[in-house]
Amino acid sequence: MTTTHLGMPTVASDPHGHLRGTESFPVAAHRALADTQLRQNLGHATRTIRAKRAAVVGEVDDWEELRRAGECLKADVMARLPELLEQLEASVTARGGVVHWARDAEEANRIVVDLVQETGADEVVKVKSMATQETGLNEALGAAGIAALETDLAELIVQLSDDRPSHFLVPAIHRNRSEIRDIFLREMPDVDPDLTDEPRRLAMAARAHLRRKFLSARVGISGANFAVADSGTISVVESEGNGRMCLTLPDTLITVMGVEKIVPTWSDLEVFLQLLPRSSTGERMNPYTSTWSGVTPGDGPQTFHLVLLDNGRSNVLASPDGRQALHCIRCSACLNVCPVYERTGGHAYGSIYPGPIGAVLSPQLTGISGPDDVNASLPYASTLCGACFDACPVRIDIPHLLVQQRAAAVDAHTRPTAQDVAMRAAAAAMATPGRFSLAERVVKLGRLLGRSGRIRSVPGPGAAAWFGARDMPPPPAETFREWWARRERTRRDRT
Amino acid sequence: MRIALVATCLGDAMFPQAPRATVELLERLGHEVVFPADQTCCGQAHVNTGYLDMALPLVRHHVDVFTGVADVVVAPSGSCVGCVRHQHAMVARRGGDEGLARAAEDLAGRTYELSELLVDVLGVTDVGAYYPHRVTYHPTCHSLRMLRVGDKPLRLLREVRGLTLTELPDAEVCCGFGGTFAVKNAETSTAMLADKMANVLSTHAEVCTAGDTSCLMHIGGGLSRLRSGVRTVHLAEILASTEESPRVPDAIMSEAR
Amino acid sequence: MTARDEVLARLRAARDAGGSTSPAVPREYRRTGTLPPGSAAAVARLDETLTDYKAAVHRVRTEDEVPGAIAAVLRDAGATSIVVPAGLPAAWLTAYDGEVRTDGPPLSVADLDATDAVVTGGAVAIADTGTFVLDARAPDQGRRAISLVPDHHVCVLRADAVVSSVPEALARLDPDGPLTFVSGPSATSDIELDRVEGVHGPRRLDVVLVGPV
Repeated sequence: MTTTHLGMPTVASDPHGHLRGTESFPVAAHRALADTQLRQNLGHATRTIRAKRAAVVGEVDDWEELRRAGECLKADVMARLPELLEQLEASVTARGGVVHWARDAEEANRIVVDLVQETGADEVVKVKSMATQETGLNEALGAAGIAALETDLAELIVQLSDDRPSHFLVPAIHRNRSEIRDIFLREMPDVDPDLTDEPRRLAMAARAHLRRKFLSARVGISGANFAVADSGTISVVESEGNGRMCLTLPDTLITVMGVEKIVPTWSDLEVFLQLLPRSSTGERMNPYTSTWSGVTPGDGPQTFHLVLLDNGRSNVLASPDGRQALHCIRCSACLNVCPVYERTGGHAYGSIYPGPIGAVLSPQLTGISGPDDVNASLPYASTLCGACFDACPVRIDIPHLLVQQRAAAVDAHTRPTAQDVAMRAAAAAMATPGRFSLAERVVKLGRLLGRSGRIRSVPGPGAAAWFGARDMPPPPAETFREWWARRERTRRDRT
Repeated sequence: MRIALVATCLGDAMFPQAPRATVELLERLGHEVVFPADQTCCGQAHVNTGYLDMALPLVRHHVDVFTGVADVVVAPSGSCVGCVRHQHAMVARRGGDEGLARAAEDLAGRTYELSELLVDVLGVTDVGAYYPHRVTYHPTCHSLRMLRVGDKPLRLLREVRGLTLTELPDAEVCCGFGGTFAVKNAETSTAMLADKMANVLSTHAEVCTAGDTSCLMHIGGGLSRLRSGVRTVHLAEILASTEESPRVPDAIMSEAR
Repeated sequence: MTARDEVLARLRAARDAGGSTSPAVPREYRRTGTLPPGSAAAVARLDETLTDYKAAVHRVRTEDEVPGAIAAVLRDAGATSIVVPAGLPAAWLTAYDGEVRTDGPPLSVADLDATDAVVTGGAVAIADTGTFVLDARAPDQGRRAISLVPDHHVCVLRADAVVSSVPEALARLDPDGPLTFVSGPSATSDIELDRVEGVHGPRRLDVVLVGPV
């Protein structure tokens, strides 16, 4: 068990919900890196999905044009966000839906709890949704005596094992088939005791477990992949049919979405319905995409509520570059290609949004409160290798945003840290040629440590981190500039 | 052509063999190399650690030192050129210095990583090099994804006499260096390094080469700690090696000095 | 201040602070597909992509062959009862000898659950992706529940409904009614990211494709 130490998820004490963990990235990563099972599971899963994504993206000869259109469509949305939201509100209302607004996670949860209580239901079925994971809705419903049943297979696995999601698309990506079988055997009351770990058998067990619940559910709760401003159309992209069940069979549907999920027009979906499935599950198209506009007499829920969530998104929008993080369509391609994510998994990021996009989104949503804020460690959880940008279907410049959030983390230093002192000293030396060559002469003293041809350790905390796994050659007898000067002298002497 | 050399701070102070080889190679090809002696550092470490204000004077100094000294500027480093090309103007604008930003953009337009300079500007892939060793090439992240050098280094290596090029599995995956990442997230960095080293060792190459001294310091430091016997050598050193004056990767950490 | 007013005020202030210039959206991607709508090539590609995602495709040349194809598929599946939307062409079911339950007035969820299969038409199909779209307001497609609850879905698609690309399909669809885009039987990749077909939605999907073979 990799995550039992996290214990039962509790009602988020932060009004922002689950956007901040309890320990810094390096501390959490330390544990993850030592977990052989986790490393194996993540390595296998991310390798599989990378190959699938590459194959289906390779089929599309206008992929780069689609990416550029997606990027600009989202930039356009950000530039017109308040107006588009008002348009969405009007078009959803005109089609029989009811629109609610929530300043933060707490308010969104309160709205949903009240709506469910009005129906008299004590149980709801849920489609996987990052927004309600962010707000901690299940815990809030639980506190009000309402059971929230996650119906996506991976989300069900997470819920049954009191775990936390570690990936946008596959929240249980950190679990392998035999762990999943064990969870089902332990937690599903009516499961076949001879259940094997064959994925098909596991999927059938989930079907049997949820079937009655779907057919009798009175309230469904979903997120939204896209909301079309001009037609009031909401879209949910899924695979298993659990989404269709939740969106179709209950009397009441409540959809919670971040305000940034909007697109201007129906035809704009032609871009995103190509970008998302290929980037996400590595399929040409996911098995099921549902779209609906308000309430349709005689078909599906006759009561529809749409909850529009801010929860820090306005903070992000205020940054001209940083707002790019709101372009994210939650495909998880950046997670799957990130060499850091592949080795640490999603829990190390603390926030419900892991990986490269999480590392730039979470600290912007919450703001960075000071040098000890665990979210200040997230922008540093990257080598800036740039694989995330190449994979991003809407061309979010994640490496640039990481640098920008590192600057925000430095700006939040209320007292000088050891790193501040070192960087200031280095900057002072480097801004002045004389001081720089003096510093080089100091470096050269390191030759005393490397008489064996390699240096294996040097005192100091930063040095210990380096020398834990790497040698260093001794400094050279002659720096480049000394060599150059010597050569110039020799040449002058010759002529 | 008159070419100004950015030796890079790491190349100057710790790994002078890379900038030296760059000088020897370019002079062998008939070009004039100048070394503006007031140069210090492009500021990449400050920028990428989030000290953008502190980086501003470094950017200003770099632009002052290199403006107007030569036709083009070269650095044997993908990440330093990446910083010049993609970050200097951003740092200047953030600091409110539009004039510096423009000057930085102008300079960036004339600044090249070594393989770009050779293939795109000087139009050469066969530089007359001789290096009779089994070599694998690691494409560093910034040369690959910031500069998009593509297969230029490989085209140069394929023309080197005597050299056996072996393909590195998962070549495009980061080695785990990441500047201060190697210290701030040392354990994750080491996990990435372990995989990179395993891939290097699987090629049975004697030498792992790349276009960035910093990544080579990281990979080479790990290979040395394992006593693997595999050396890391900058691309410039291989290209500078000739039959008349071969460079032999004989020291444990490629100490050709 | 209401939550609505406060959220909108915050967003307005943030938007203005961060910049409110809308970029022009470059539409250089393909808006018409590589294969002409309704062409034999488009139908052939749809056959491939549907099959790739584990739908069983049955090709017939003309509308006259549809009843036989539907009956054969249902017989093969052992379907003794089916549900159909009220506007499904009656001629399509002439060769089927099981029980036909027409969804009008609407069947209960329990009735749907006790029905072996559903037969529908489709609004449009996308050859590039192996997708067909059901429009809940179309008489031969019906409300969403009928194509969801039964475990076996038989969908009849005519060549003139087949387009090559996603943009062409969206241009033919009206977003006002509920739409369901279907690409193969229900599936999941949630276990080690390996794809497994058959979860909550219909586990068996047959497509009768009418057009030049």
